[in-house]
Amino acid sequence: MKLLNNLINTRNHFITFWLISLPFFLFACKSTEVQSDSSSSDTTEQTQSTTQPASSTATVEYAEEIPGSDQEIEMVLVPGGSYQMGPFENGETHKVKVDSFWIGKYEITWNEYNLFRNELLEDIRTEVYKNLYGVDIDSDAISSPTLTEEALDLLRDNDIPADIISLPSPPYSDVTAGMGTDGFPAVSMTHYAAFMFTKWLTVKTGDFYRLPTEAEWEYACKAASTDDYEPITNTAELDQYAWHRDNSNRKYQQPGNKEPNALGIHDMLGNVAEWTLDQYHEDYPAKLENEPADNPFFSPTELYPRTARGGSWMDPAAAASCIQRRGSNPAWKMRDPQLPKSLWWHTNAPFVGFRVVRPVNEPGSVSEMEEYWIEAIQDYN
Amino acid sequence: MENKDQFSTKLTRRDFMKKTSLAAGGGILLSSLPVGSSAYAAANDVLNVAVVGCGGRGTGAANQALNADEGVKIVALADLFRDRLDDCYNSLTQAHPDGDRIAVPEEHKFVGFDGYKHAIELADVVILATPPGYRPEHFEEAVRQGKHVFMEKPLGTSADGVRRILKAGREAKQKQLNVVVGLQRHYQTNYHEALKHVRDNAIGKITAGQVYWNSAGVWVRERQPDQTELEYQNRNWYYFNWLCGDHILEQHIHNIDVANWFLGEYPVSAQGMGGREVRTGKDHGQIFDHHFVEFTYPSGAVISSQCRHQPDTFSRVAEHFQGAYGTIEIDSSNKALIKDHDGVVLYDHAGMNDPNPYQVEHDKLFAAIRNGDVISDTENGAKSTLTAIMGRMATYSGQVITWDQAINAQDKMVPDNMTWDTPPPVVPDENGDYPVPTPGVTNVLSPESTVSTG
Repeated sequence: MKLLNNLINTRNHFITFWLISLPFFLFACKSTEVQSDSSSSDTTEQTQSTTQPASSTATVEYAEEIPGSDQEIEMVLVPGGSYQMGPFENGETHKVKVDSFWIGKYEITWNEYNLFRNELLEDIRTEVYKNLYGVDIDSDAISSPTLTEEALDLLRDNDIPADIISLPSPPYSDVTAGMGTDGFPAVSMTHYAAFMFTKWLTVKTGDFYRLPTEAEWEYACKAASTDDYEPITNTAELDQYAWHRDNSNRKYQQPGNKEPNALGIHDMLGNVAEWTLDQYHEDYPAKLENEPADNPFFSPTELYPRTARGGSWMDPAAAASCIQRRGSNPAWKMRDPQLPKSLWWHTNAPFVGFRVVRPVNEPGSVSEMEEYWIEAIQDYN
Repeated sequence: MENKDQFSTKLTRRDFMKKTSLAAGGGILLSSLPVGSSAYAAANDVLNVAVVGCGGRGTGAANQALNADEGVKIVALADLFRDRLDDCYNSLTQAHPDGDRIAVPEEHKFVGFDGYKHAIELADVVILATPPGYRPEHFEEAVRQGKHVFMEKPLGTSADGVRRILKAGREAKQKQLNVVVGLQRHYQTNYHEALKHVRDNAIGKITAGQVYWNSAGVWVRERQPDQTELEYQNRNWYYFNWLCGDHILEQHIHNIDVANWFLGEYPVSAQGMGGREVRTGKDHGQIFDHHFVEFTYPSGAVISSQCRHQPDTFSRVAEHFQGAYGTIEIDSSNKALIKDHDGVVLYDHAGMNDPNPYQVEHDKLFAAIRNGDVISDTENGAKSTLTAIMGRMATYSGQVITWDQAINAQDKMVPDNMTWDTPPPVVPDENGDYPVPTPGVTNVLSPESTVSTG
């Protein structure tokens, strides 16, 4: 609860830290709800902790209910340890240590992602107007929502981008490319949008969620194995685990229809490539310090490239591996006709989605969380 | 793999631009000679561009013009609203911080209904990207002044507007002006590859098809307390027929246009149905949230067109056609899939690294201006605009509408020579609701048409 109090305190700095703290502000206003929900998820953990405890006391599997919805995110423990990361593009490997964390058993689906979209992104104005300006957009008494001149000035003075306020306009193109939504993995979101989902989920549940680091993602993909890694090259064997270009019938598939890895995690090799937290560095191992490197990650400061891991339904079978890396680039928004381009959507990346992680040792303070937070960068490419 | 390929596509375009400027004598001289109406621009001339309509799309198009040709300068901006104009200026300046390519002094920022005339005067090439209701008036002026044009679809919201566009388009042709219309599928590789196969008889004669724009919908702009009714409608223009023409026209024109293109003809009649089920709030003006139309073509082919703006429903934006021997599926995500009737894949376009069609539009426009070629997209753009309007006439009236009826419809919808004092063509009732067309009641053809006014 100390954490939640800290979250509520961020309200005082609301205007200064608008981009960072907006969702926290919104849900801090609903702190009662957040508290009760976080305690209910604790209960879930306790009841499920009867399933084999890992080396630590951490729960092996649990389901995080998203409050106010019928959705839950199933999480699997990845016990911490050291492993040989790579081989990278240049054949190098590097020893890396990662702490214990839980990772989504499945990729985030549209059912889950759209809760965030609808609630945070589309209704955000309602909350902002109500709490900041005392204007009730939904009130029947007012035929249309209004903003006072004072409120508008406040927005202008604080340099709040229009698409945060009216955010985000629904994508002009169909980001699902007709591949379906119900039970299918969410795709085409920007790295920033995926990050914002995790931030929203944190506030919603009271548990700290974020994107996996590259090091964590690869370790989870390898099922916490310390053995030397060799990608599966036998097509028949690969087809048991991964959706790729030759078996996906040109579309993404519902997560969980292929065999999981040894930790019970599905679809890491294929289906959709997955965002990680990191800025993409081609010379990743050269940038690592220490042997083993301690929980490495490269916090993104540039809009491009950022790292997605694993293969996808659009990629050849060879890309369906735990060492597959790619960096995002402006071509992923090629068909975005506007300027600046959308903060939220990649018009040309229906192959990228994500899954969430939650560290077993949660950050003790908001400032520790902030190390994993990402600033919005407008896209003028 | 894919990243590298995408990177190399980009490099290739840069290299191409470099080569072009080298061939032109080692660099672009920053002279600002106006190009003149029918003369083509020498490769080292500056091409002055004016943007009329400074929203997201106008800004995006200006950026693409700047990226297409190193001699392009943005010299004038026009918009109804100062804040939109400033957003556009700031975005362009941030995207092109070096040099003086965004050369718009304060006196070349034109705000208001007649700003377009002054902006056009300062330019060699004009980008027209306002809401489509204003397009005919703006295009007429650009042609009258002898300027090359990039204009966004659709080209008007009424048959009256389409007739004006067609007439001005003939004049543009006589003056050898380039006109590129933002139906960007015509500038997209997978569509051209697919069409090649259709023309090579891969699926035989097309007898039927389905074209789709089913999505969640678009933005809404809320009424502000200090706005006049006319300002509110112009801000929230998507939901007013005189400005937008309904989404069957504003968005779905893309897919209807592909049907016209692939069949090589325009429909003789349309009949269909539509309405509002989900998007019914006061901020949603008067347009429908779904339409379903059958277009019948001279060859006898029938194309089913469906468009929907309803969240959490099946979404698809694509064109499917069936021929005597097989089927074809195409979409804006660079798909082109041709199969025979046994499901055997005959062609599967690998389009992951195809160029950006929004950029190609401008690359071709400015290359044509440089080379003295003439691109004339106007007539097809106007006729596809009319096709979508004909579909709207069918869903609003509930009647069969023929092409001849549609092209001769008398409703002007958009007032002439507007000012901030012009009465808006439609006004809300005492509850703040706007009139919505009603099948069986709404008159779509006569001068007393109720399409816009209810």
